[in-house]
Amino acid sequence: MATAVSPRLPAAAARERDRRPFGRRVLEGVAEHALAVALSAAFVLPLLVCVVTSVMTQQQAGTGELVPQPLHWGNFREVFEVMPFARDLWNTLLYAGLSAVGIVVSSVPVAYAVSRMRWRGRNAFFVVVLATMMIPAQVTSLPLYVMYAHLGWIGTLKPLIVPAFFGDAFSIFLLRQFFLTIPEETIEAARVDGASEYRILRQIVVPMARPALAAVGLFAFMFAWNDFYNPLLYSGNSASGQTLAVGLAGLAKSAHQSAYQLQMAASLMFLLPVLLLFMSAQKVFIEGIAMSGSKG
Amino acid sequence: MTSTTASTTADRRPGSSRRRSRRGSPSRSPWSAVLVMVSPFLVGLAVFTLYPVVTTLYYSFTNFQLGSIRPTEFVGLRNYERLFTSSDTFWVGVRNTLWMVLIMVPLRTLYAMFAAWVVGSVRRGARVYRTLFFVPAIVPVVGASLAFIVMLSPTGPVNALLAKVGIEGPAWFGDPQWSKPSLVLMALWACGDTIVIFSAAMLDVPRELYEAADLDGVGRWQRYRHITLPFLSPVILFSVVTGMIYTFQYFTEAFVASGSASAVQDSSQLLGYPGQSLLFYTTDLYQQGFVYFKTGYASAMAWMLFLVIFGATVVMLRMSRSLVHDSGRP
Repeated sequence: MATAVSPRLPAAAARERDRRPFGRRVLEGVAEHALAVALSAAFVLPLLVCVVTSVMTQQQAGTGELVPQPLHWGNFREVFEVMPFARDLWNTLLYAGLSAVGIVVSSVPVAYAVSRMRWRGRNAFFVVVLATMMIPAQVTSLPLYVMYAHLGWIGTLKPLIVPAFFGDAFSIFLLRQFFLTIPEETIEAARVDGASEYRILRQIVVPMARPALAAVGLFAFMFAWNDFYNPLLYSGNSASGQTLAVGLAGLAKSAHQSAYQLQMAASLMFLLPVLLLFMSAQKVFIEGIAMSGSKG
Repeated sequence: MTSTTASTTADRRPGSSRRRSRRGSPSRSPWSAVLVMVSPFLVGLAVFTLYPVVTTLYYSFTNFQLGSIRPTEFVGLRNYERLFTSSDTFWVGVRNTLWMVLIMVPLRTLYAMFAAWVVGSVRRGARVYRTLFFVPAIVPVVGASLAFIVMLSPTGPVNALLAKVGIEGPAWFGDPQWSKPSLVLMALWACGDTIVIFSAAMLDVPRELYEAADLDGVGRWQRYRHITLPFLSPVILFSVVTGMIYTFQYFTEAFVASGSASAVQDSSQLLGYPGQSLLFYTTDLYQQGFVYFKTGYASAMAWMLFLVIFGATVVMLRMSRSLVHDSGRP
């Protein structure tokens, strides 16, 4: 569970009383780090390419060189001219921010009901929640498209934001995992004291599960920020409802295709908020990810 | 904490819930509260899941065409028949998707296990390495795809590096032979979330087992094979099943990669460039449903996908029952 992710390392701990000869230990240490550095390079290289290409001139971008000569900062400004970057950014912020709020607000009570309340059919209900995760988006998107078209929502952000306020299976699952770690005595004591379920949820569970809410909110934000399929379908063809993911793919396909430096500058501005968010909440993230794979 | 006045009130009027919980049988929550808690989800389930799932099934038996004025007719199984018999792009998408499921999913799992093992065995700096390995996983797919297209462009940095050691690099996304392997490389690069899950599972292995193995002078590989691996097996299962479900629905990477690679070509170029090598089941479905507006046909495709994903998941979970070691499971 969440507590499992700590900087302690099993192999290192097991070798606390290492009986191998010193020379061999050093050699193995060097080999391990060489391997780790090589892997790190493989993970970092594409991002490095993205960064250096974003400050290259058009002539240099795509030549395979990794040292920008000369530095061309104008690409970042030019992105705003070749695509409606500011508007797409605003749309993306609206989509990601509002859907994160919606998912947290609507998923918390459901997670509470399936983890800390007792009622007949609870387990069956939870299975239904999990089962909805298995339904491919392609199965629901055709009728939803028709429905949104009737409502006049195509080309707006509504098809992206409104469903977020009706709960999200993955978030319910993650929140349930966290809620289950709250001691039963705490909740039962409040019940005995006559607190209503709403009050227990609001005044005990939510404050105790604040890191969990943060994790779920961050996941929802990042999912929406990265989402391509839904914005492509419901807002893609109309420029006014376009998000950055769709705008960026459009930039790559447009006449500017050969302008790698602009694509990379735009990509970088697209990645940066997510990277900053990740760095400021790295622990929350990693624990949430580890938890999603736990047996629970 | 909770106010004392509240507890005295409860003492004066002992609620039925208290008496029941004393006897050990759990108290039931009031139905009204349960309903209030779950009703937003129930409404969402009905509107955004159940209704569309059933409607897609209905569409799949009709010749419904979005935006067409032609009246919709019931055509029975004709859409399904067409999937299997006509020479449409259907089988191309099926073949390409299966290729990805069979090649990408196992490779990604193995690579993530390997990276987690590397992180777990270095003595210092594991946190730094883990962060570096993880960052690509949070990078938006569209941005990552574009970075890969630049990196793997025929005259890009990777081929420049290969040229330095005397290897002529392929055209990557521009070559039907190499376009799918390029996507596999991208998937390996972005496997950080799986690495984190494997790392967490490795920390769950009881340390006494390693110590006992050390005392017995067991080798590294033996220790991994007989101690670590059994503890990882539930995570391997998780990774393979979720990877498979994801890959059956593989869309964004393929859409962006084939879209931007084909941009210099004729603009009427269909999805799947180069040479239909990147036409996957879902990109084909998108094309049929939202480009050609063959809603009925696309609905049949969607339902087939649903059945296959469901079936494959059930089969995987059944088959793995004997292989997965579930330690400490309550």
